[in-house]
Amino acid sequence: MPDQLIYAIEVFFNGLMAGVLYALVALGFVLIYKASGIFNYAQGVMALFAAMTLVGVMEGQVPFAHLINAVLGTKVHHFGWHLPALVGIITTVLVMVVLAWLVQRIIFKHLVGQEPIILFMATIGLAYFMEGLGDMMWGSEIKKLDVGLPQGINLWIDETTYNIFDYGFFIDNLDIVATVIAIILVSGLVIFAQYTKEGRAMRAVADDHQAALSVGVSLNFIWIMVWSVAGFVALVAGIMWGTKSGVQFSLSLIALKALPVLMLGGFTSIPGAIVGGLIIGVGEKLFEFLVGPLIGGATENWFAYVLALLLLVFRPQGLFGEKIIERV
Amino acid sequence: MSNTDGYVTEDGRTIGGVVMEMKNITLRFGGVTAIKDITFDIREGEIRAIIGPNGAGKSSMLNVVSGFYVPQEGEVFFRGEKRPPLKPFEVARQGIARTFQNIALFEGMSVLDNVMTGRLTQMKAGIVSQSIWRGKAEKEEVENREICERVIDFLEIQSIRKTPVSRLPYGLKKRVELARALASEPKLLLLDEPMAGMNVEEKEDMSRFILDVNDEFGTTIALIEHDMGVVMDLSDRVVVMDYGKKIGDGTPSEVRNNQAVIDAYLGVSHD
Repeated sequence: MPDQLIYAIEVFFNGLMAGVLYALVALGFVLIYKASGIFNYAQGVMALFAAMTLVGVMEGQVPFAHLINAVLGTKVHHFGWHLPALVGIITTVLVMVVLAWLVQRIIFKHLVGQEPIILFMATIGLAYFMEGLGDMMWGSEIKKLDVGLPQGINLWIDETTYNIFDYGFFIDNLDIVATVIAIILVSGLVIFAQYTKEGRAMRAVADDHQAALSVGVSLNFIWIMVWSVAGFVALVAGIMWGTKSGVQFSLSLIALKALPVLMLGGFTSIPGAIVGGLIIGVGEKLFEFLVGPLIGGATENWFAYVLALLLLVFRPQGLFGEKIIERV
Repeated sequence: MSNTDGYVTEDGRTIGGVVMEMKNITLRFGGVTAIKDITFDIREGEIRAIIGPNGAGKSSMLNVVSGFYVPQEGEVFFRGEKRPPLKPFEVARQGIARTFQNIALFEGMSVLDNVMTGRLTQMKAGIVSQSIWRGKAEKEEVENREICERVIDFLEIQSIRKTPVSRLPYGLKKRVELARALASEPKLLLLDEPMAGMNVEEKEDMSRFILDVNDEFGTTIALIEHDMGVVMDLSDRVVVMDYGKKIGDGTPSEVRNNQAVIDAYLGVSHD
């Protein structure tokens, strides 16, 4: 087998793994958009905020330490404990649920029935607010996140491929774990949406508000639930990206990576988010590998958008989005 | 008529006590008064109609009963207890189901799934049990499914059970909406213009279903309609509204001979 092809296969698999991470972020968008028609610009910041909270809780940081010290003249910074990852994750999930409740209670409860653009702008405000809140609570320095996920080259794959191709593939253990977790998460979400009462109510709300009310579904409850689930998805994405490249501001920008994924997969489709993520992940890695050297590299920044725009020309609703048919 | 005793209808059925009582209801939108001081009751097992010309406040009245509007004045009693201002979904959970004038169905779901949503509030199994599809959830699902299938059979929509609702014609959509409301086994069923926009044949079908539902399940039904002919045939008692006020209340024959009602429908010179 020619070397170039072997490298391409390796790049393909790395692309798949990267795509899983994009899909995770896109999934959060889809959930909220489907259930409430809100394009949640703050999804990326939610991932950042969740990751910051997780690190803060695990490291025993005192939230709002700077503020407390400035006001009271104290010098508290740490509680002096280190909590296991599981406790940290559970606490963070609770924080995200409270956040979902507050978001619904303070913002969106008052915006029911408003134009989508108003709702969208509210989420922009929410994004910047949460960014500031995160910094105020946990500080803005780059933090290391370690919840005990395996990292580094997978030796088994390396050896096996070396024996076959005379070239060992570099596949990161973290990427494999991320893929497995993403599969579990997505299956869980699908089961939840299809079979549970809450999931059915969620689909009902996504379809028609009035009808949902008339069969006894509380819109408020469903929206809080959806924001909580999106918060949980953001936490998972935050853990993966945070473990990979540290918890820092740039984490919130992965939301921008999710945009082309959504354009590709459609804003309302869970499978679309997954497939879209994989296509973008593989596409941009392969493009960089094959075409990048010819045109001076750095194609990863724009390739996803060009791909998504091309698709928009032919299928404006995305690959899996609901087709818009208008009767004239 | 006293509040506790029933009465015997024109076709000889015995009607029970009061299920729902509206007392001195007044509803305003800004400066516009949609409902002015209206009092009436709905009794167990009867078909109660609210009629009136366009803009009389019929739909507003139904929306007050189903909790979509909260009246500024007046009291609502449901099954003998005063009802505080509730959200629509809370009213639905109390056992008041409704349909809408402009059809509110889950367009993305099949007919069966739509009807099954009528059972949502009756599902009690825990989330884990539902996810793994064992134990209480399985038993509950089977029971709910049986109830839904019975309703589907009854309304003769078996052949479209798996069809996405968005593909159905108007008349069938109306019937699916009725099926969903029935699936919740309501104590009171509210129908907002169940025959609006239908042709004669569809109207006859719908009338038959409404009568059959009332007869077979003993469901108490309150409906709005402006087709006088249909209403007079269907209902046991009729409330007549005009410009937000109640101008008549009684059996169809009583209402038919009421001068105020005749004036409202035929028009009268104001001099």
